[in-house]
Amino acid sequence: MDFQDYKGVWVFIEEKDGVIAPVSLELLGAGRKLADKRGVELGGILIGENIKSLAATIFEYGADIAYVYDQPIFKHYRTESFMKALLDCSNKHKPEIILFGATSTGKDLASAVATDLPTGLTADTTELDVEEETGLLLASRPAFGGNIMATILCKKYRPQMATVRSKVMKALDPQPGRKGEVIEEKISLKEADIRTKVLEIVKETTKKVRIDEADIIVAGGKGLGSAEGFQLIHQLAETLGGAVGASRDVVEAGWVEHARQVGQTGVTVTPKIYFAIGISGAIQHIVGMKNSGLIIAINKDSEAPIFEASHYGIVGDAFEIVPILIEQFKKAISREEVSHVREV
Amino acid sequence: MLHIVACIKQVPDTKIIKMNPKTNTMDRRTAPAILNPYDAHAVEEAVRIRERYGGTVSVLTMGPPPAVKAIKKCIEIGADEGYLITDRRFAGADTLATSYALTKAIDKISKIKPVDLIICGKMSIDGDTGQVGPGIARRLDIPPLTSVNKVVEIQQEKGYCVVHRKLEDGHEVIQSSMPCLLSVEKTINEVPYSPFPNMLKAARYEPHIWSVDDLEDVDIKQLGLKGSPTIVSKVWAPPKPEGGTMLEGSPQEQVEQLLSIILERKELFSVKEES
Ligand SMILES: Cc1cc2nc3c(=O)[nH]c(=O)nc-3n(C[C@H](O)[C@H](O)[C@H](O)COP(=O)(O)OP(=O)(O)OC[C@H]3O[C@@H](n4cnc5c(N)ncnc54)[C@H](O)[C@@H]3O)c2cc1C
Ligand SMILES: Nc1ncnc2c1ncn2[C@@H]1O[C@H](COP(=O)(O)O)[C@@H](O)[C@H]1O
Repeated sequence: MDFQDYKGVWVFIEEKDGVIAPVSLELLGAGRKLADKRGVELGGILIGENIKSLAATIFEYGADIAYVYDQPIFKHYRTESFMKALLDCSNKHKPEIILFGATSTGKDLASAVATDLPTGLTADTTELDVEEETGLLLASRPAFGGNIMATILCKKYRPQMATVRSKVMKALDPQPGRKGEVIEEKISLKEADIRTKVLEIVKETTKKVRIDEADIIVAGGKGLGSAEGFQLIHQLAETLGGAVGASRDVVEAGWVEHARQVGQTGVTVTPKIYFAIGISGAIQHIVGMKNSGLIIAINKDSEAPIFEASHYGIVGDAFEIVPILIEQFKKAISREEVSHVREV
Repeated sequence: MLHIVACIKQVPDTKIIKMNPKTNTMDRRTAPAILNPYDAHAVEEAVRIRERYGGTVSVLTMGPPPAVKAIKKCIEIGADEGYLITDRRFAGADTLATSYALTKAIDKISKIKPVDLIICGKMSIDGDTGQVGPGIARRLDIPPLTSVNKVVEIQQEKGYCVVHRKLEDGHEVIQSSMPCLLSVEKTINEVPYSPFPNMLKAARYEPHIWSVDDLEDVDIKQLGLKGSPTIVSKVWAPPKPEGGTMLEGSPQEQVEQLLSIILERKELFSVKEES
């Protein structure tokens, strides 16, 4: 394998209903840095049906090249068809690095592609860097349940691959009108060659909880004592117009649904304000919220590690502090310091 | 009759593990070895499918000799047979080398009884990648189906099955040819307490134990550390955040300070004026 042949940093662009997944835009931002350091081009791979027009968007977010596979067979994501397109593209254009969002689609596709190439694949990366001279990708991730961080290298194979967690990299501000090169590709693949069929896509009718989109999150932990005690979190969230978040122990106790779990095995969130109430601050929780704009902790144990991860801390009993906070906030509203509370 | 193979792993319980702060390695004495929690759901689903359609459930693991204990746990859940592949030459495998070794073992199991379905857990709590399942499927050239949260039907005669794959906002119904490989979500089932006869069986059960030499057509270079493209170059303790300001005074006073801090971001609490 001649490493000289492999050039460029690629991002797999995840798309659904004509919209690019935020994580793909974040990866274009991260990929741009790597590409600049290496002095190479940044490519985005678009696979789907009627997706060619999205090339313009990825150029605005930093890509130099869009590799496009626009064929009806790619209407739905399927491992086998998408994998064939990606393998085709990689074998033809030989990138040095391919990045995927660590979403279920990104992980599914990356695992299959890495096995066939074959090459090394680092999962759930949270930090990315590249050696300027050698092009070696430094992909770091939490390991052993978040107890340590580890940097993973793939020295002997190209391309190097990694899946990257959502919300840890930053998308660039889009530059309207920024242009790039579109490379259209095609593979000959018949429906009959694919062994899986999407029979139906069922959208859940109940409004899906998406706490990662909230500006304000009020998260509660085991310290609330019981499902009844946890109502206090709901009350504060409602008063402030925020979303309810939780630690894993709360989810495991069944006080709230899993979609509200913040942390390593839950969602990563970056709200403008994050309240951590009765949460001890285990590392697995911290990794999911540490990039929030303003972090406020309320805990009765002054030694709780959550205080080290917070901008402001109150040592006290949640059942004493929070009701005062609710009452004072409501007063502030009626003094019209705050016009209307947003609906959520 | 269906033959289902569930791939399972014995893992250190990372929830209560203690790390050696100097070397950043696990202190294994502090971490009991358990059956990977996700894999218990894989085995349970295999057992449920057998209960619906008949057949055999085999479990397969690669690991050190004490992994026999994890196999016994699967027998308690209801598996019929257990296979352990264990050899120094397997050690240090990343996901690519792991899927290679497991595929060789599945090839051998298939010779004893052809395999119709392979089920893996969503991820292992120590490897924590979810890559091994799809890796096995690619090596066997069968369809990988990840994020499966329901098995709707298995039509062995007609050679297909129908499953639900979880999506961010719902699920998709997929028909796949068989054999295929499923990586299952935790939510696919609940693992009940094991019935007493299974416990008895597990206590007496002795799994099949194979070394590299018991497997066929093995390329030694693709095993273990040698066969692993990824290497861990550096480990470090996650940086400790700095910590900010502690608010002082009576609860009343603390809340007042807090309120003035959050109201600096007043725009968050108000709707834009409609025009
Ligand atoms: C592989 C792995 C993945 C994990 N993933 C996640 C994850 O994604 N998210 C996550 O959150 N955790 C995760 N965990 C679990 C994590 O290690 C902790 O166990 C968990 O976050 C603790 O939850 P907690 O803070 O609510 O509970 P506890 O640790 O029990 O803390 C409760 C806190 O409440 C305080 N308290 C008690 N009473 C009051 C009161 N009246 N007023 C104010 N404070 C009070 C206590 O002082 C204490 O600090 C994971 C663990 C592992 C091993
Ligand atoms: N050593 C192993 N032996 C058997 N199965 C494994 C092994 N490692 C991983 N698996 C399977 O692959 C799944 C995903 O593991 P991982 O890719 O390590 O997160 C697990 O839930 C198991 O079903």
